[in-house]
Order: sequence, then C-alpha cells, then structure tokens
Amino acid sequence: MRVDWEALSFRLAMGLVAFVALVLLVAPTAVVIIVSFTSGFSLRFPPPGYSLRWYGELLDAWQLHFAAMNSLKVAAWTTGLSVVLGTMAALAIARSPKWSAKLLDSFFMSPLVLPALAFGLAGLMFFSALGLPVSPMTLIIGHTVVCVPYLVRNTVAALSQLDPSLLECSASLGADRLYTFRRITLPLILPGILAGGFIAFMSSFDNVPVSLFLRDAATDMLPIRMWQDLEGKLDVTIAALSGVLIVFTVALIMVMERLTGLSRRLA
Amino acid sequence: MSSASPTAYDMKLALPLTGFLAAFFAAPLALLFLLSLQVDPKGGGYGLSQYTNFLGDLFSLGVLGSTLLLGLEVTALCLLLGYPVAWIYTRSGPKVRSLIILIVLLPLLTSVVVRTFAWIVILGRQGIVNSTLLSLGLAETPLKLLYTQGGLIVALAQVQMPLTILPLITAIGRIDPNLGDASASLGAGQWRTFVKIMLPLSLPGIIAGAMLTYAASITAFITQSLVGGGQMLFMPMYLYQQASTLQNWPFAAAISIIFLVAVLGVVTLFNLLGRLSRGYANA
Repeated sequence: MRVDWEALSFRLAMGLVAFVALVLLVAPTAVVIIVSFTSGFSLRFPPPGYSLRWYGELLDAWQLHFAAMNSLKVAAWTTGLSVVLGTMAALAIARSPKWSAKLLDSFFMSPLVLPALAFGLAGLMFFSALGLPVSPMTLIIGHTVVCVPYLVRNTVAALSQLDPSLLECSASLGADRLYTFRRITLPLILPGILAGGFIAFMSSFDNVPVSLFLRDAATDMLPIRMWQDLEGKLDVTIAALSGVLIVFTVALIMVMERLTGLSRRLA
Repeated sequence: MSSASPTAYDMKLALPLTGFLAAFFAAPLALLFLLSLQVDPKGGGYGLSQYTNFLGDLFSLGVLGSTLLLGLEVTALCLLLGYPVAWIYTRSGPKVRSLIILIVLLPLLTSVVVRTFAWIVILGRQGIVNSTLLSLGLAETPLKLLYTQGGLIVALAQVQMPLTILPLITAIGRIDPNLGDASASLGAGQWRTFVKIMLPLSLPGIIAGAMLTYAASITAFITQSLVGGGQMLFMPMYLYQQASTLQNWPFAAAISIIFLVAVLGVVTLFNLLGRLSRGYANA
C-alpha cells in the first residue's frame, strides 16, 4: 500500500506541536511540586535530595498563615456578595428579550475587560475622595466588582439552558412563582451558580491588582505576600506553600467537576 | 409590570447589581477620568496636559508600544501552540479528552503567583533549562533566560494559553465533519483541506481566543513584573510606579485611561473581525 505522506506529515506536525504545548502547560506545576520537596536551601532543579522540611517550615510561617486567613475571609465575603447580587441580576436579564437586558448584560460584564490595576487605582481615588479610608470593606467591594461577572455569566448560561416548559408546567399545576423558583428553577441552575461562585472565589483569592490599591496596611493578602517575597529572595517555603495551593486547587477542581461539570462550563 | 409568563423574572431584580456597579465601578472610573484631566497633582486647573505629557514623551510611548507588541507576540505563540491542542481534542475519544481538558484547566485555575514562581525556577540560572543545557554540553555558562523578552513571552503563553484553547475547541467542534470528507473525496490532501476549509471555518474561535489572550497578556501585572524583571517596563507596572511610588495620581490616571482605551480598542477591533469572520464562515 502506498504511504500517504501528506496525511502522515499533517498528523505528525499536529501531534508534535500539541504534545509540546501540553508539556508546556503542565511543566511549571510539576516543577513546583518537585522542588517543594527539596532537602536543600535553593530552588535548584533537580533537587539534591528530598525531604519534607519546607512543609515543616510552612507550619511555623505565621506571617503566611495570617495572610492566608485574610485572603480566605475576603474571598468568602466576595463570593457571598457576588452570588447574591449576580444571581438576582442573572434572573432578571437571562430570558428577557428587552434591549435594556442586553445593555445591562454588557454593563455587568465590563469589569472583565478593563485592566484590574486601573480599576484598583480608580477605586482608591474614589474612596479617598469620599473620605473613606481603605479597609477590609473596601477590599471586599473592589473584589466583588471584578468577580461578579463570573456569577452573572455562569448563571445566565444555566438559565438559558433551562427548559421553559418545566416552569410553565409547574405554574399550570398551581405552584406560585416563589415555589417554582425554590423547587424547580434553583435546583436546575444551582450547578451554574456553584461554578460561577467557584471561579469568583478563586479569582478573589488570587487577586493582586485590586488588592494592591484597596487593602489597608494591616491587611496582608497571600498573593501579595508571595509576590513581594519572590521579588526579594527566592524562598523555598514559597515552593512548599505553592505545593499546598496546587493540591488544594486540584482537589477543588475535582469536587466542582463532579458537582457542576465545571469543564463544560468553562469551555 | 408583573409579567404573565412564569418564565420571565422581574427586571427589578437587576437593580441591586446595577446600583452596586454604578456606585463602585462606573463612578470610580468617571473620577479616574476627571483626575486625569488635572494639570497639577496638587489640584488646580484642568486640561489635557497629562495626556500631552504622555503622548509627547518617547519613553512613555515606548512603554505603550512594547506592551502592545508583547501582547501580539504572546497571542501568536498561544495560537500556534494552542490550535493543535484544540484540534487533537476534537478528534479524540472521551478518555483523552478529559485528560486534555484537565491539563488545559490546571494553569487557568492555579494561582498566578504560583505559576509565575514556577517559571522563575525553570528559567533561573540554576533552573531546569540551564542545568539540562550545561549537562548536555550545549552551553558553557548558564544562559540568561529570566528577565528576557523571550522568557517572558513563553511564561505568559503558558499562563494565557487556556484562554486561546477553550474558544478554539468550541469553534472546531462546530465544523461539520462532512466538509472535511467532501474535500478529501474531491482530491485535496490533509494540509490543503486544513488551510482551505478548517482554518477559515474556525476563524471565529481564533479571533475570540486571540482577543482574550491579548487582553489578558498586556494586563498581566504579576507575570510581567516577576519574569520580566526591572529591565523591561510595561503599562501595568508603569501605572503602578506612578501611582504608588511617585504618588503622581493625575499622570497615573492618564496612563490608566490611555491603557484602558488601548485595551478597549483591541477588544473592539477583534469584535469587528469576529463579526466579519462569522459572516465569512457562514457564507
């Protein structure tokens, strides 16, 4: 049989580039995990030996604990606020044919497009013009502005997949609107709300540009602490912390994948 | 008006978020614009002097130019590497698919600081690339990879590639597979079918992915500052330095507005191209 060189070269080229890309995507995560188990003092790769010492050091790094607690608290408040505001807004605009709903949709999405650093600066100017000093409150407000679009987008998507005949059935069987919402709509769109909430939580927990301007000096945030540590010295404790964060993230992704089919919502 | 249809909810439910974003998003941006018109940081008259300072200064224009160029380079690399990944995804079975999607989602959801930190470990003097090159005898002394444009482009490409791949998967998945078969039965080889049929039909995905990647890479403050280092200055760091270190708020506000306009300009351009390409893909 004659060899189809053209088909072969095409498959080979596609496969090879895709392989390189997938390695490039995974490599950094893998490298961090391996380096975090080093027994040495530097971030040399491969490490001279393996131990859990830097994970032990992490247990005593109270500055990092403090920063992590702040980040978790702010992310939790941001997610709560985003879920309430975003879900209500999504319900209002998702199935509306009005032009105002389309306009509102673009307005709700606009924080995603604008550079977060520019918004952080604008927020700082705004609060100082109002005479409000920066505080955990201004931080949560700022984070909610940049995280709420994820809630709106995912909830709108879930609502648009909802079969309207289900709601009509419920109504024709005598259920009032609130009952229908509680028993039919909410359970069906819950995966969308959860996926949006998850993404909002992760992006708040990881946010640097808005936090840089809207936090007060006493509120040390984890990603900022890590960023400042990395600009100065290369500390292996940060590698161990990164290892913990990666495991935490992968575990959450798997839970959310089970609960909400996260990957289908992102793609 | 209470609507008769049980499927429609009252528009009033959108009021809290509209109010919230009007107060804490639109108002601050309006203030930012107002402040950028201030001539003197200490108050006083209004005018366009901050903008003319920026646009008349070769250094500032250079920062803007290199930021826009950086976005272009990262986007090109992401498309080049990401397209085959999306292609393979649409032609694989469910097992390979879920593996690919996990690999693609992982960088998207891992902390930006962690991902960037990894690139410091990889590209550093004692990093994996240098130690491999040295042990293979391909280099005599460690190469300078960190704090270079090339290193930054690769690191940014890894961070942003998921944003390129996800829309591509959607777009390539929508192409009717019969078109490929038709092209083959008419005598076109794989490469020809790809260039003449598949690539043009996936243009909406290419443009959507490119837009997200471009906007994300020019605003990627953390990666730019850690992998790029102090030698290369891009718009986000320029803005931050002027605002935070130098406390020159009106000039920082002007930088923000110029940066905002640049990002919006790029997004609008891509949206326009997207609309054109959809018309082309459906023709």
